[in-house]
Amino acid sequence: MYDILIAPFAEFDFMRRALVGMLALSLGGAPIGVFLMLRRMSLTGDAMAHAILPGAALGFLVAGFNLFAMTAGGIVAGFAVAIGAGVVARVTELKEDASLAAFYLVSLALGVLIVSLRGSNIDLLHVLFGSVLALDDDTLILLAAFATVTLLVLAITWRPLVLECVDPGFLRSVSGAGAPVHIAFLALVVLNLVGGFHALGTLLAVGIMMLPAVVARFWAADLTRMIVVAVVVAFVSGYGGLLISYHFGLPSGPAIILVAGAIYVVSLFLGPVGGLRRRFAPGRHLEA
Amino acid sequence: MLSRRVLLTVAIACFAFPAAGQEKLAVVATFSILGDFVQNVGGSRVALTTLVGPDGDAHVYSATPADAKKVADAKVVLANGLGFEGWMERLVKASGTKALLVVATKGIKPRAMGGGQGSSHETDPHAWQSAANVKTYVANIRDALIAADPAGKAEYEANAAAYVAKLDALEKDIRSAVASIPAERRKIITSHDAFGYFRAAYGVEFIAPQGVSTETEASARDVARIIRQIKAQKIPAVFLENVSDPRLVRRISEETGAKIGGTLFSDALSGPQGPAPTYIDMMRHNLQQLTDALMS
Repeated sequence: MYDILIAPFAEFDFMRRALVGMLALSLGGAPIGVFLMLRRMSLTGDAMAHAILPGAALGFLVAGFNLFAMTAGGIVAGFAVAIGAGVVARVTELKEDASLAAFYLVSLALGVLIVSLRGSNIDLLHVLFGSVLALDDDTLILLAAFATVTLLVLAITWRPLVLECVDPGFLRSVSGAGAPVHIAFLALVVLNLVGGFHALGTLLAVGIMMLPAVVARFWAADLTRMIVVAVVVAFVSGYGGLLISYHFGLPSGPAIILVAGAIYVVSLFLGPVGGLRRRFAPGRHLEA
Repeated sequence: MLSRRVLLTVAIACFAFPAAGQEKLAVVATFSILGDFVQNVGGSRVALTTLVGPDGDAHVYSATPADAKKVADAKVVLANGLGFEGWMERLVKASGTKALLVVATKGIKPRAMGGGQGSSHETDPHAWQSAANVKTYVANIRDALIAADPAGKAEYEANAAAYVAKLDALEKDIRSAVASIPAERRKIITSHDAFGYFRAAYGVEFIAPQGVSTETEASARDVARIIRQIKAQKIPAVFLENVSDPRLVRRISEETGAKIGGTLFSDALSGPQGPAPTYIDMMRHNLQQLTDALMS
């Protein structure tokens, strides 16, 4: 048991780093995922992940595998797309999802173009699929910083953010905090995706954000519990995925996301809140 | 009149020089390293065509109709042999060439692939990784060129002798450089399997990472294996340029203390701007990479 579950982490530094990186990603990304899901923006994360690519690619083009350049580029591109789409949605007839689709597609095409200017598509693959096995000190500090910022901002904007989720019209009628909170939230989405992009690559970063949130929906009805479940599920997926990658020789990024996917399928059937179990084996009616 | 004399001279020159050009011996060599040998021995008397150019992989090369034409027009066709150019036999047959076919490794004692003597049926074709073997290459090339072009005998012999002198100097330099590395540090991890002759000749261990496919995305198990192996065998340097993610190689290096080496050239020369435009440059470049990584 020790050999299977703990020894890989005790023996190898890179496994411990991967685990710490996954912990940071879980703490920051999973709560963001829950909010995205509750606001019916589950696919926004995916669109934003693609939007980040050109910035990261530009950073890569300028400085190679340079942490700072790729992070800064990703954040700038992500903010530009998020704010651009938000502004267009607020001042024109276009809905936010439509303008976001337009922005991210342009951004993605730019990203692919920029990376292929450099030459090989092997490089592009590495930008799309990061490696959780290759986290160095700087990247770990970056991930931890992103998680810290995320949790702090969430704590500060908690009430207006929840209100925006359930009744944006009411929030607008009692306070002017709606727009700034929305922007701050989108900024957090970008921040966590850029963090996830270093560990898992742009495509899989969304997975560790959204899948645990969706799982949590099946296990908890109130927001706080949902977030706790999501964080735990995200971390367990990271841990399990790393172990599978270690014992069965599978690539680590997909392994992590597939563990989260497996948990999702199980929750779909067994989750007590709104899952299939409820449908096929309803509990007794409450009686007065 | 002066102008008429000038015209006449020009006219004669026009007839004479193309004729001189056609007299060059048409030689085809299969890949860049062999081509370099031929150029050194043949000098200005041969018109050399190399089928697989710099940075090309002769193992997986597929011949084109243009190649067949070059082979058909050639007077001498030189191949490495030892199973290096699997496509050569069919190309020669298809081209219907009447050229003199020469295997440049004739007389070299082949090694089995993977280091074990005779344990595997496949022979290791990378015989040029030992400078002493290259002297055999040069002798074979010299004899082939003389057979096809007896008039150039003296020149070929002089060129070959001069080149052998350079090879002797190279051989001496490699031996003294390797001797300056402490014996227990003379080993690196590399995913190339092309250095069997180098190891046999100069005593540097080239250890392959076990059970690792380096082209696809690495799994945690792959990384763990490489790290464990480096620690267990106390390997001072890794040359894993085809583990394609540089971040991962850096992590392996940090965790084990092994240094990251540069690029080793094995099967092909680099272009003229690269670090290894000729065979001797290539060997000196590899030697420099090895000593840089193993000395400190």
